[in-house]
Amino acid sequence: MSSIAVNSGLNRTATFYHSVVGKKVVMAVSGFVLSGFVLGHMFGNLQLFQGREKLNHYAEMLQSLGGLLWFARFVLLSAAVLHITAAFQLWRLKNEARPQAYVKKAHIATSYAARTMIWSGPIVGAFLVYHILHFTTGQALGDQFIKGDVYHNVIVGFQNPAASFFYIIANILLAIHLYHGVWSMFQSLGVNHPKYTPKLKTLAKVYGWVIGIGNVSMPLAVLVGLVK
Amino acid sequence: MKIILNIWRQQNATSAGRMVRYEVPNANEHMSFLEMLDVLNEELTRKGEDPVTFEHDCREGICGCCGFMIDGVPHGPQRGTTVCQLHMRHFHDGDELWLEPFRAKAFPVIKDLMVDRSAFDRIIASGGFISVNTGSAPDGNALPVIKKCSDMAMDAAACIGCGACVASCPNASASLFVSAKISHLGQLPQGQAERDRRASRMVLKMTDEGFGYCTNTGECEAVCPKGIKIENIARMHRDYIKASATFREETSGGGAG
Repeated sequence: MSSIAVNSGLNRTATFYHSVVGKKVVMAVSGFVLSGFVLGHMFGNLQLFQGREKLNHYAEMLQSLGGLLWFARFVLLSAAVLHITAAFQLWRLKNEARPQAYVKKAHIATSYAARTMIWSGPIVGAFLVYHILHFTTGQALGDQFIKGDVYHNVIVGFQNPAASFFYIIANILLAIHLYHGVWSMFQSLGVNHPKYTPKLKTLAKVYGWVIGIGNVSMPLAVLVGLVK
Repeated sequence: MKIILNIWRQQNATSAGRMVRYEVPNANEHMSFLEMLDVLNEELTRKGEDPVTFEHDCREGICGCCGFMIDGVPHGPQRGTTVCQLHMRHFHDGDELWLEPFRAKAFPVIKDLMVDRSAFDRIIASGGFISVNTGSAPDGNALPVIKKCSDMAMDAAACIGCGACVASCPNASASLFVSAKISHLGQLPQGQAERDRRASRMVLKMTDEGFGYCTNTGECEAVCPKGIKIENIARMHRDYIKASATFREETSGGGAG
């Protein structure tokens, strides 16, 4: 008889998640899914610049996916829930870990993006809810929402300066969030090598800039009347 | 040279602390920072006041005893240096400095600038060791060690456990310390037998001691007096992920067979 016990799967998962490393792995994996989506979502939406037909056709194609679309929505929602739950628990741990703050504390290596993850995250989260109510379900757009005519909804939505302003701010914050997050998720998953890490950091910067510029360009273009 | 110090004075772990201002008019640039504090303490003792408590031992930068915050940075402004090896020539006449203890729930203040870092010892005891049979010494080079691994293990082994990483971390995480210990043993052939158990137990112990988590800011790496890299933290994450998936805890009683 060997003297080795095998923990049950559930027990193993609970122990893994209990540790600070486990929670960060959950953050990284869910962040990977979400950041991948954000890129695809942006490229899809940039068809706004190719005109009404192109964008509406793209939306129609997505709708025609049926079951696959709902599967994608399920994965994304799960990733978002895990990302937010783990972030909230980690944020509480952080506060518990240093109950008395420093009178004076310097940051000598921490980037602005890394320091503000806890702020950029929830604001982008709140934006996400608004964004879905705005363009997916339409409540935030009210009577002006025409189901199926995505191009119309986007133009009408972004012609409202307050809405556009929120989109621009949220997407700048999202870009800053990715600037740290896209590199950070590799580190959390254990990928760090002197040969690749500098490249991953560059990738994260480029990623942040691309998402930021791409997503801000749409409300901005409508706002200044470039796209009507 | 004259140095103005704002020092955190706290009688014991339970009492509230506060910043107290002192002047050291007779410091000179050849003193180490701790010698400058010795001068202040002699003066305080002469006046019948309570001297400032700070931890120190070798004063050669190798024991890991000393360390406190100078202007919000553990061990002060000089990179790759413990506070005992920091000299006053890096400061200017009339400088005003703020001295505070390392702050973390897992590092309770004992008095003034001295904190209790036994949490580190308990993490080491949970898995930071290898088990070898006692007896005659093994033959030299009987066990081949890859040069690259021995170099990286030695780099990790340079950690003196001072706690500057915890102190500088925005989340009071002990990841750099724990990962240095895991990397030190885990990269050597002697450390393979217990590699999974070590990663698993040390990470869980670190969590239960109340240290925070790593947000990959690199603050620890920047202040580490021994230049430990956050590459080690990634290795710890790898080892922990693998151990979580495959590690089998031994049960008590029962022999192998």
